[in-house]
Amino acid sequence: MTRSRFLLVVLGLSALMALCLPAQRAFAQKPTPSDDEVNRIAHQLYCPVCENTPLDVCPTEACRQWRDLIRQQLSQGWTEDQIKQYFADQYGARVLAEPPRTGMNWLVYILPPLVIVAGAFLLLRAMHNWTKPAAQSPAPGQEEPSDEYVARLEEELKKRS
Amino acid sequence: MTDSTIAAPAKRRGVPMWAQIIIWVVLLGLLAMVAVALRRTQQGTVQPGDKIPDFAMPLFTGYGMNGGQQVKLSDLRGKVVIVNFWASWCKPCEQEAADLRTAWDSYKDTGKVVFVGVDYVDTEPEARAYLEKFGIQYSNGPDLGTKVSQLFRIKGVPETYFIDQQGVLRRVQVGPFTSVDDIKAVIDPMLR
Repeated sequence: MTRSRFLLVVLGLSALMALCLPAQRAFAQKPTPSDDEVNRIAHQLYCPVCENTPLDVCPTEACRQWRDLIRQQLSQGWTEDQIKQYFADQYGARVLAEPPRTGMNWLVYILPPLVIVAGAFLLLRAMHNWTKPAAQSPAPGQEEPSDEYVARLEEELKKRS
Repeated sequence: MTDSTIAAPAKRRGVPMWAQIIIWVVLLGLLAMVAVALRRTQQGTVQPGDKIPDFAMPLFTGYGMNGGQQVKLSDLRGKVVIVNFWASWCKPCEQEAADLRTAWDSYKDTGKVVFVGVDYVDTEPEARAYLEKFGIQYSNGPDLGTKVSQLFRIKGVPETYFIDQQGVLRRVQVGPFTSVDDIKAVIDPMLR
């Protein structure tokens, strides 16, 4: 048997053996939530301790722990609403960037547009009143008399002219 | 004589009365809400002499009380109750953690004193790690929704409240204790 043939036989046997090996199941790796995914939710929450600081930009250690908690919950399949509800249950509704639409919180959503509409209505009404007297003012040369005597005098002059 | 040629003055049309009333009512209502909110924010913490309203709080597993996983203040009548607000991210809290544990160890067998730790805006894994780190074994639980801290109107952590056997607040400690003796100096007179 020549050398080349020998090598061919060895290769062929190796390939055969590889095919006979039991196939191993490949497990899909759990995707780790990206920073963007975590911050997208963290941006909708406020730091429970630091005032007026969104959770995605808060630099404290505690905020880092809360962002890690969000990451862990996302990897466990929690939805955005579930995560936000968890934070509201744990730390109060004040951590939500958008107040829940319950109770007196409705005022936050209703009052501003109502005030804007009312203000616009009042402004339009005022502008209408400003322009109305100007349209009704008499043409030059035909000024309305300022008192009754002047009116009578002008009437007499017209008769005589 | 001629008829008067003076034109009747145009009627001045302002905002209708009903609209004015509505606007004023809404404005006054908003001002009232702002006043209530301002008054609340400017209130200080509960003061000695105030009766503490009853509250219930869940406890961490392994840190229960009398076999239960919840503590209710009214169930502790007749005992001196020490309510300590803390957090794992609070460095000053670490200064007094060991002292609180030591103080608890010296009172726990008397049956007359109860320590309750309230974990303020924290995460449970870090809270448990903190409790284990300092060997704290008295009842501890999360302040869900910050309800308990709002009841006491705390300004930060650590803060410790000493409530007597009748449910009246006797002493407030803002900031960490510096020694076990300081803690005992508050509790011992309350036991007499």
